[in-house]
Amino acid sequence: MQDLLYFVQQLINGLTIGSAYALIAIGYTMVYGIIGMINFAHGEVYMIGAYTALIAITGLAAFGIAWLPLVLLVALVCAVIVSSAMGWAVERVAYRPVRGRHRLIPLISAIGMSIFLQNYVHLAQGSRNMGFPLLIEGGFRFGAADSFQTSISYMQITIFITTLVCMTALSLFISRSRTGRACRAVSQDLGMSNLLGIDTNKIIAATFVIGAALAAVAGLLLGMYYGSIDPLFGFIAGLKAFTAAVLGGIGSIPGAMLGGIILGISESMTSGYLSGEYKDVVSFGLLILILLFKPTGLLGKPEVEKI
Amino acid sequence: MLEVRNLSMRFGGLLAVDQVSLNVQEHEIVSIIGPNGAGKTTVFNCMSGFYAPTGGEILFQGREIQGTPDYKISRLGLVRTFQHVRLFNKMTVVENLLVAQHRHLNTNLLSGLIKTPNYREREQKSLDRAAYWLDRVGLLELANREAGNLAYGQQRRLEIARCMVTEPQLLMLDEPAAGLNPAETRELNQLIISLKEDYRVSVVLIEHDMSLVMEISDRINVINQGKPLASGTPDEIRHNDDVIKAYLGEA
Repeated sequence: MQDLLYFVQQLINGLTIGSAYALIAIGYTMVYGIIGMINFAHGEVYMIGAYTALIAITGLAAFGIAWLPLVLLVALVCAVIVSSAMGWAVERVAYRPVRGRHRLIPLISAIGMSIFLQNYVHLAQGSRNMGFPLLIEGGFRFGAADSFQTSISYMQITIFITTLVCMTALSLFISRSRTGRACRAVSQDLGMSNLLGIDTNKIIAATFVIGAALAAVAGLLLGMYYGSIDPLFGFIAGLKAFTAAVLGGIGSIPGAMLGGIILGISESMTSGYLSGEYKDVVSFGLLILILLFKPTGLLGKPEVEKI
Repeated sequence: MLEVRNLSMRFGGLLAVDQVSLNVQEHEIVSIIGPNGAGKTTVFNCMSGFYAPTGGEILFQGREIQGTPDYKISRLGLVRTFQHVRLFNKMTVVENLLVAQHRHLNTNLLSGLIKTPNYREREQKSLDRAAYWLDRVGLLELANREAGNLAYGQQRRLEIARCMVTEPQLLMLDEPAAGLNPAETRELNQLIISLKEDYRVSVVLIEHDMSLVMEISDRINVINQGKPLASGTPDEIRHNDDVIKAYLGEA
């Protein structure tokens, strides 16, 4: 019984962190799906989302506003707006001017953008850890009082539900809306979409913005979950989300969701049964294995080289 | 409507198109024919903005368009197809037609999220237009199939429908009958004639299928080795000695 409870606990932790990874991974996978390039500044966009949320929360606290739903809503809206603007700027500055050139060039300009943003936050906010208030406290506990108890915090439930809502909204947007339809068309044949009168620049910018907005949501959630943030907050999370995107099949949106969940669970299982120090080893080991044996990822289709 | 004057296109040392001229009037079907490698598609690519020609002028409704990027040209109402089918294979048939009307449905993201009446009305209009053209090319029953799963002839017709929902003035078809069986070619014939008669568009056509060319063209331009060889009505071309020589070789 106790073993089972312990296992369930790891599963819950894994689902929580995995769904947040999935939110970030969407940004990688959508951008790749449309222009075939990895947005290496995406982790930084996520980090800036977390910082913006923290600043908003601190600001509201200074004014004495403590009504939780309002605080969360304001933090979320601020984070989404600032990160979206950042995502748009990354596309404008680092991608659009060099689009159509050799693939390495946008890659390098994106890495440059990432370094710039990281150091900008270093300068503006200092390099030290900043405490992130845990706004959502409490939770449920299961199991006998004298042995191991499985706990689900309200924070974990919030993360899980928010992710679910975002993913559903995104799926509906892509499959039903006019802009979503144009996104799919552009990802299949950019030249033809252009010829048919779709403003492809706008669509590409939109994918960066959507990815950034979801990353901002993840930034707020994970900031609260971990309890502290620093300017390197986006680096590891970005790598993990990238791994999740590749694992699920980069370019595929359901793939990113699946990849995030698998990665989260395998990490928490490693921490729970082996040691917390091995969890990064396991996730990046997983990345290497998937690249070796199924480079297109779990849900990715074998890519036909575009002519 | 469209006038090409002394068009030349040089790729390094190769002069692929040399001083080709042609013109297209309103509501007219003009064909470009010639042996393989004559430079027909290159002329097309210059006209549609895929290449910037190295010499000559292209006027579309009195406006010089040579060197203008292809997507801008298509917005002027000059729309083309390619030799190989380029549908959005993973989208459904009707989605292919809806997405082509994206520009006409110029609305912002917000009105889509809250589904304003205006948004719904336009969406309905584009759906109606898509349904109309699907019916017109005989694909209405297949509207919700994935475009990539259609038979080849159906894909060809869908491509033409997709061009037509953008309401072009001039349609450029690059070998539309390639790979079609005789029955499908006949259907295509009728479709192209009806585009001219019923929808008042002009058509420029590259085609190897002589029966199709002779039957539907108002005028024919023959190109050989990048140079203009002859131009005239189908009857004139049929009896032109130079053309016969180019096609059959010298006796």
